[in-house]
Amino acid sequence: MKLHSKDLLGIGDLSTDEIDLILDTAVDMKKIVTSGIKKSNYLQGRTVMTLFYENSTRTRVSFELASKYLGAQAVNVAVASSSVAKGETLIDTGRTLDAMGTDILVIRHGSSGAPHHLARNVRASVINAGDGMHEHPTQALLDLFTIREAYGTVTGLKVAVIGDVLHSRVARSNILCLTKMGASVAVYGPATLMAPGIEQMGARVCGSIEEAVADADVIMALRVQMERQKKALFPSAAEYARFFGLNPENVSDAKPCALWMHPGPVNRGVEMPTLMVDGSQSVINTQVTNGVAVRMAILYLLTGRE
Amino acid sequence: MNLLMRNGTIVEAGKPPFHADVLVLGDKIAAVAAHISQEEAETLTRAQTCEGADGSSSLFSIADFLKNGLNILDIKGMHLFPGLVDAHCHLRDPGQEYREDIHTGTRSAAAGGFTDVACMPNTKPVADNKTVVRYIIGKAAREGVVRVHPIGSVTKGLEGLELSEMGTMKEAGIVAVSDDGRPVVSASVMLKAMTYAAQFGLRVISHCEDPDLAEGGAMNEGVVSTRLGLRGIPSAAEEVMVSRELILAENAGLPVHIAHVSTALAVQLIREAKKRGVNVTAETCPHYFTLTEEACEGYDTDAKMNPPLRTEHDRIAIIEGLKDGTLDMIATDHAPHHIDEKNVEFDKANNGIVGFETALPLALTFLVKPGFLTMSDLVDKMSKAPAAMLGLPEKKVAAGYPADLVLVDMETVWTVNRNTLASKSRNTPYHGWKLNGLVKLTMVAGQVVARDGKPID
Repeated sequence: MKLHSKDLLGIGDLSTDEIDLILDTAVDMKKIVTSGIKKSNYLQGRTVMTLFYENSTRTRVSFELASKYLGAQAVNVAVASSSVAKGETLIDTGRTLDAMGTDILVIRHGSSGAPHHLARNVRASVINAGDGMHEHPTQALLDLFTIREAYGTVTGLKVAVIGDVLHSRVARSNILCLTKMGASVAVYGPATLMAPGIEQMGARVCGSIEEAVADADVIMALRVQMERQKKALFPSAAEYARFFGLNPENVSDAKPCALWMHPGPVNRGVEMPTLMVDGSQSVINTQVTNGVAVRMAILYLLTGRE
Repeated sequence: MNLLMRNGTIVEAGKPPFHADVLVLGDKIAAVAAHISQEEAETLTRAQTCEGADGSSSLFSIADFLKNGLNILDIKGMHLFPGLVDAHCHLRDPGQEYREDIHTGTRSAAAGGFTDVACMPNTKPVADNKTVVRYIIGKAAREGVVRVHPIGSVTKGLEGLELSEMGTMKEAGIVAVSDDGRPVVSASVMLKAMTYAAQFGLRVISHCEDPDLAEGGAMNEGVVSTRLGLRGIPSAAEEVMVSRELILAENAGLPVHIAHVSTALAVQLIREAKKRGVNVTAETCPHYFTLTEEACEGYDTDAKMNPPLRTEHDRIAIIEGLKDGTLDMIATDHAPHHIDEKNVEFDKANNGIVGFETALPLALTFLVKPGFLTMSDLVDKMSKAPAAMLGLPEKKVAAGYPADLVLVDMETVWTVNRNTLASKSRNTPYHGWKLNGLVKLTMVAGQVVARDGKPID
């Protein structure tokens, strides 16, 4: 079984069968990640390049390790010290890497749609590792995997997404992915950070955290970018924490064992306090581990041998 | 106190005045009826005090009763209003106590018939955080004689860049947000402010002024500014910004309040927006329906304010706006300035005038007496509408309501004397004016805080 497209650009391109296939494959991949010998040869002879135009720790390293655990050559293009800094266009950079025999290009870019633009112009498979405010499909898939791992299914679950929905590609991909798989999504955040029309993408916009998390199986906090304060989107970290941050009191109406998730990196004490980040219901580190497994599954399904 | 007021004319918003006796017991209105006999009143008073004597809810003990007893006042021929609410004033505290402070400012308000005032945040430091808000509320509780409701700033330091901590300030007690004194120059910041404020149930009060159009101006642009050789502020400086706020509010479905409307076109813009269903409220001030740019003649700096006094055409349009409901309320924009800030060259003088003690008599003399507004309309515009805009409970002359009352004697004509104002400042253009309507009594929660247009202490 393979994915129908050569690329993974967004959740919108995947069928539910394909999502199930990725998650099922990731179950096996996780065994490799958690085994003593993290090595396989599913991608032997393949080359995976990570091309990150924005800063990243976990996503880039996650893809790099996923490639290595599958036996592929992993190359990181350091954008800041590359020809990009000399003004090379995205397409020319892509074609150059393509000409060297790259099989998969993993791209993160500040411009929404950049991976789509690249994918049309290269032979290699392109994986979107986050494009602007558009999508972050591998994050949504690893979140889905984490939820499915805990509950066995996603269908019928209630998920609350709290925070900066407007700028969040994680929120968009998750809303698309979760609703596609039969979960319901409630969102809440500062009105200045609520994406217009988000309800038409399937999310229910709530009037308070308490309303959003009521009876929730999963509570997902979104990262706040502190520089947004300068753009008059919210007043301060302290006020954000007071009115839009999670705390044990305002999530008390969620299911008692609801999962607490965060795509990272966390602003401790802003999106949630340390006692929740490190709390027993937090699966933030599990999300990271699952990220490697899910990305292995995606790399494999795009180019791996049967 | 315990007070039976007999034979008064009660005026409330939305209904014709009626004759009644009003009994105040403690901090509340105990009864309003066509006739309350002394016996009934005493019985009610005794019942109230006995309730207190056995340690239950009432604040009043037998000792209080014996001391205070029941006062009876014949108010025949006078009008009894619910307490006035000012949605826009400057108490200058903290930081500019040489102009006014909470002690003098609230006494000036009481003298003018106000029981509640909302003060603007352009203090030093700016009321852009809970600490300043708490200071104002705390000082008002200790030293004030009327209720003080702080307005928080829209942006930190009134700089028009980053939002203030509106949620935190709301918890501390603010009733609205405004950068009054300055416009929020960026439309984007204003839209975000309206969006964020609405989430906390706060309305943005906009000081509408395009800074480029107004730059360097000292008075209204027109023949008088030309004659005086003063740089003018075109009415467009206000109207451009009013249009912007209306468009932002309409597009996003958010509320907005337009402060100190002064021009005919601004009135028309708001009128049209209201017809389209925009959630806009608007205020004007007594100087915009009593004075025109002519008052600047002789370089009288007490006629210098922002927005500036406009033309007769504008003045008439303001009255029309009040009549047809386009302008929801009358605010004072009480803006005390020290003599040293006014007794200077016109273009160097500060903007603004004191307003608490003249607002109601000016409205009575220039709006009610000529028949533009009824007494009931005026109560709407000076009590009900501002209270509603600020989210404060409506005041009524009815049993069970707090005894926030103003007793007005329409027959008395008095002369404004800047030297006897209760305010710390003297900057009024109305010195020597003869006005109808003396505030005989202002009562806040049953306490008399002003008598015969003067504060009690």
